[in-house]
Amino acid sequence: MSARSDLTELGRSETALRAFLHGLPGVDQVGAEQRAAQLGTRSIKATAKAWAIDLAIRMVDLTTLEGADTPGKVRALAAKALRPDPADPSCPHVGAVCVYPSMVPYVAEVLRQPAGGAGPADAQAAPAGTGLVHLASVATAFPSGQAPLEIKLADTRAAVAAGADEIDMVINRSAFLTGRYQEVYDEIVAIREACGPAHLKVILETGELSTYDNVRRASWLAMLAGADFIKTSTGKVPAAATPPVTLVMLEAVRDFRAATGRQVGVKPAGGIKTTKDAIKYLVLVNETVGADWLDPDWFRFGASSLLNDLLMQRTKLTTGEYAGPDYFTRD
Amino acid sequence: MFEYAPAPESRSVVRLQPAYGLFVGGEFVDPTDGDSFTSINPASEEVLAEVAAGGVGDVDRAVRAARTAYDRVWGPMPGRDRAKYLFRIARLIQERSRELAVLESLDNGKPIKESRDVDLPLVAAHFFYYAGWADKLDHAGFGPGPRPLGVAAQIIPWNFPLLMLAWKIAPALATGNTVVLKPAETTSLTALLFAEICQQADLPAGVVNIVTGAGDTGRALVEHHDVDKVAFTGSTEVGKAIARAVAGTDTKLTLELGGKAANIVFDDAPVDQAVEGIVNGIFFNQGHVCCAGSRLLLQESVADQVLASLKRRMAQLRVGDPLDKNTDIGAINSAAQLARIRELADAGTAEGAQRWSPPCELPDRGFWFAPTIFTGVTQAHRIAREEIFGPVLSVLTFRTPAEAVEKANNTPYGLSAGVWTEKGSRMLWLADRLRAGVVWANTFNKFDPTSPFGGYQESGYGREGGRHGLEAYLNV
Repeated sequence: MSARSDLTELGRSETALRAFLHGLPGVDQVGAEQRAAQLGTRSIKATAKAWAIDLAIRMVDLTTLEGADTPGKVRALAAKALRPDPADPSCPHVGAVCVYPSMVPYVAEVLRQPAGGAGPADAQAAPAGTGLVHLASVATAFPSGQAPLEIKLADTRAAVAAGADEIDMVINRSAFLTGRYQEVYDEIVAIREACGPAHLKVILETGELSTYDNVRRASWLAMLAGADFIKTSTGKVPAAATPPVTLVMLEAVRDFRAATGRQVGVKPAGGIKTTKDAIKYLVLVNETVGADWLDPDWFRFGASSLLNDLLMQRTKLTTGEYAGPDYFTRD
Repeated sequence: MFEYAPAPESRSVVRLQPAYGLFVGGEFVDPTDGDSFTSINPASEEVLAEVAAGGVGDVDRAVRAARTAYDRVWGPMPGRDRAKYLFRIARLIQERSRELAVLESLDNGKPIKESRDVDLPLVAAHFFYYAGWADKLDHAGFGPGPRPLGVAAQIIPWNFPLLMLAWKIAPALATGNTVVLKPAETTSLTALLFAEICQQADLPAGVVNIVTGAGDTGRALVEHHDVDKVAFTGSTEVGKAIARAVAGTDTKLTLELGGKAANIVFDDAPVDQAVEGIVNGIFFNQGHVCCAGSRLLLQESVADQVLASLKRRMAQLRVGDPLDKNTDIGAINSAAQLARIRELADAGTAEGAQRWSPPCELPDRGFWFAPTIFTGVTQAHRIAREEIFGPVLSVLTFRTPAEAVEKANNTPYGLSAGVWTEKGSRMLWLADRLRAGVVWANTFNKFDPTSPFGGYQESGYGREGGRHGLEAYLNV
């Protein structure tokens, strides 16, 4: 691995960037999938399971990204984010709510409400990151990213201005797959700047990158360009997060920290629906990058239906009985 | 910290009897001179059962039972009917796989996740695979109507008790032979449970006979005049003694002996998967694997990077209770084996190699050895030449592909090798030059019933598995 100073120089030249990315060790597909499958057989029971479920709840980016989203729908989601299980005050809140930019103000109304106060607070009054639950917005012509840079930047600024403290951007897969790494890099740098104080999550859309070698290169490219988080998927293409893809990304953030000293978070998104799935991911984190990443600041789940399954399993563990789905809120 | 709570597999599925007899002629019988020995759980030293020690007379009785079954029932039986029995056995193994896996872990010390996810699926697969051959031997490439040999004496080791039983019994039965099998004295119990499965499958009496005991029992079996075939898996030392014993007789012999496999990592290897392969190569089954990748050959340009990754990965290994579903490394199979591993590891230190193990707490009772690597090892060190058969890895380096081949082949053994490179042409170049029965490409310790397995030089001769595995039991 190059020295720290060398890595910051990489973004200044297409040749250097390409040489570096293509010089990363390859990923053996069979081996990576086998390792992820092996970790999937870990048996997490009793106290370990209870601990993992609470952590997973705190890591959920409760997400709705539909054309049919309305202020009413996202307000309900935000309320659930704050109090996932109204029947149990010991249940932690989720990590963030994730919506389209146009929905950010309505989520902010709920999340940034002063404690005990009635009525919506001014979203701008709450500085980024001070809320209990983060407010994430997708931006940059999500999910395809097929728009001019100026529009992507405006999209990002609007979301931040409306109160988002986390931005989930998509990389330019078209440029990446044609080998125009500099263009992808420059775009991330520009969005990073437009984010201001907001955290930047960079969506690689691994289902469209198709090989693990590409996933590893795109991970490094995003981190070199300043990503705070790397995220697997938009959830809008059939192949979303998988354990081996997440494993490869975790190896990338681990190696990136070893090389630069900077820690980057990971967010698998899409297709994670059950507590069992979520726990498998936490095992993957635990045994690949260790305890430093077992925190909502460094690992998140992009999911919607996952939360209710976590709540059901949590209730099962605390009461010893499964409650029916009607005992959990559906939003 | 994510602390995994204990997740023990239940023992209640296994019903152990206090004492076991020999399985001869389709039923359990007492040994003629009444000798027995105890089988213990190597993870706790708890006594599991009393097992009969077969003497010369018992061996004779078992061989006679096998001969009778061969002459009257199994030899004349059409292949399609033999297949039915083998398929039935395979299905029963699948149905009772949890019971077999738990007992295997109890008796052997291997982690339940390995007996459950590796051993038992392979055991069943072997029976299914050879069941399929039983009525197709005319088309196996040995000419029309290949004949069986007769009575096969089979002696298996303690590292994969059931899997080695399957490697031996499945092809022998498929080809029409009858068998007398002697399991290793520290791991007899699953073979005796297999005997119950033979009863359950209604296998004709005498087709499978199991005579438990130690070296003397094995010697009596090998030297029995009415045995047509000897198949042995175990140490090179015993293998040589068997080869001497059957020399000059008509008895056919196959030997699968020791190894000191090279696992070769090039600078263009997929590093993270190579590290998994190194760990799997030497720490799988506590390193009690004849084809274990016990010599790691690292290209010097990536040696430091790979070693750092390997150490980080080793720190994740979970050593402890074999029945805990999250255990990666279980117990050493016996006090004798532990002593041997300690002796060789101490020799490594004494000869100047640097020893490293991750911090890991070993249980107080039972036989345990922490996963260990030695760096700074040269070809002259004992730990680079002798088979340790434990979780101990010797790390050497090389500069060029030619040097890698030279070092890899510089051993009296030749059972397996692993190569890690993203370059296909280099992989093929090496596979041509490595003197090893198996060369794994970007993987290690991969087994499949359709693939032949066996060694060069002091790793033995003959092949087990696949179509090749039939030949050892046919008169061709």
